[in-house]
Amino acid sequence: MSEFILKARDLNKFYTQRSGRFGFGTKIVKALDNVNLDLRHAQTLAVVGESGSGKSTLARCLLQLQPLDGGSVFFQGRDLADLPAVELRKQRRHLQMIFQDPFASLNPRMNVGEIVSEGLLIHGLGDRDERYQKTKHMLERVGLRESDMKKYPHEFSGGQRQRIGIARALVLSPKVVVCDEPVSALDVSIQAQILLLLKELQKEMSLSYIFITHDLRVVRHIADEVAVMYQGKIIENGNIADIYQSPKEEYTRNLLSAIPGQKQRIASFKSRVILES
Amino acid sequence: MAALVSIEELTIAPLDQPSLKLVNNVSFAIQSGKTTCVVGESGSGKSLTALSVMGLLSNQLKRQHGKILFQGQDLTLLSAEKMREIRGRQIGMIFQEPMTSLNPVLTVGYQIGESLSVHLGLKGDALKKKVAELLEQVGIPASRANSYPDELSGGQRQRVMIAMSIACEPALLIADEPTTALDVTVQAQILSLLDKLKASMNMGMLLITHDFGVVADVADHVVVMFRGEIVEAGTVNQVLNKPKHPYTKALLDCVPDAEGKKLLKPIDYAWLKDSKSKKVKVAS
Repeated sequence: MSEFILKARDLNKFYTQRSGRFGFGTKIVKALDNVNLDLRHAQTLAVVGESGSGKSTLARCLLQLQPLDGGSVFFQGRDLADLPAVELRKQRRHLQMIFQDPFASLNPRMNVGEIVSEGLLIHGLGDRDERYQKTKHMLERVGLRESDMKKYPHEFSGGQRQRIGIARALVLSPKVVVCDEPVSALDVSIQAQILLLLKELQKEMSLSYIFITHDLRVVRHIADEVAVMYQGKIIENGNIADIYQSPKEEYTRNLLSAIPGQKQRIASFKSRVILES
Repeated sequence: MAALVSIEELTIAPLDQPSLKLVNNVSFAIQSGKTTCVVGESGSGKSLTALSVMGLLSNQLKRQHGKILFQGQDLTLLSAEKMREIRGRQIGMIFQEPMTSLNPVLTVGYQIGESLSVHLGLKGDALKKKVAELLEQVGIPASRANSYPDELSGGQRQRVMIAMSIACEPALLIADEPTTALDVTVQAQILSLLDKLKASMNMGMLLITHDFGVVADVADHVVVMFRGEIVEAGTVNQVLNKPKHPYTKALLDCVPDAEGKKLLKPIDYAWLKDSKSKKVKVAS
């Protein structure tokens, strides 16, 4: 197997926006502008950027949840866009996603057992009993109990719901997991639990993560490599230690100096010159 | 120096469940020209404490006990009308979500001017001039006074909220998670703006947050709340560098650092329960 499990080449995605008086004009927004990414097997690649930088669009496009306007995503060497629909559906079990909002991403009318086992059912994995055992095992692994399978999402706290979201993604034993701001809605104490859980599971199941976030402190703890996005482009990427110690781009430096908790920075923080341009 | 605000033995519970103390016997003080940060997880009672200072507690909740002394007078004894005079005039407020706290059908200039005309009786050109000044003060071009909230970015909206809250030069500014919804770079700008305004206007500031990074940046004093109670209070240096209470230590262990050297350690709540008897006496 090649070293890279997921490669993205020249991804482009445009949105048209109404503009001008009464919205007669149209403006094209480049959400993704020739984006290239390489995700190594069993590693974590963090994508950081501010809101509007295109990082969530990137997450959805990588998983083919949104059509691309150009470029290709190669999963284990195969271009996902070239796959016939049936084949793509088969591959989807290897490409899973964990969402930001644990309140909005779980169906309130399904109990936890149904939510977590739905993927197994759709992909026809195992019989009823095997599915039950797998679901139970996965829930226990993320710190929930067998008795929780009969409960509904509203009965859980934010952190527990995020665990359900993780169990749902991982019960299919995926290879690549895209995590879109998985901890930004959580308290720091819960955030630490979830980050550690994700790290443990990565080791056990040799998962490769694409970790989308705006929190540079979280990135430092979870990622091996980092890509900085700004206005749809990846402006800098590389090894996590290199980027944090010697960022090349002005924008990255600015982003790093904005991490709270560096007292001297607050006095000297300059208005963001390039960001406003 | 007498404290600007002193909260004494504040206790809050729901009307229908008087035994469920959401805020339990909370006391701390805020000085003029200083920032007091209240930190805690969700549900720790930090926002309720702030709301009760403003007299905006939901009518489902009851303040069972306690005094809130502001410049020597007990706010809890004031009539609704008297309280309205103080709110916005002597106590400014900033909330977490700027979009939901601004009125979408009124220009931001009008909204900033509102408290000036209500509390200070400004009108016409004098009002316009003051609004323009305020906008410049928070770093927005005065020409944006005619913009509607949806025409502004998140950071600009929060600046408008700040302009509104400092319009009457209040003695106390209460900010409930003012930067939680913002990007880090914008957050840094807003925090440094608040810090500057606080110093130039000698305001006391009560900042509610769950982010220890923010605390380290702007706080003079820190109050740590856990399940409705204060577990530790002190200067920012004491609390962050030499925490006494096991909960404060545990909470600090959860915060990822920018260098990535620290090992994250989630809170062991069961252990905390046992250690509750070892409660550190709070001196403020």
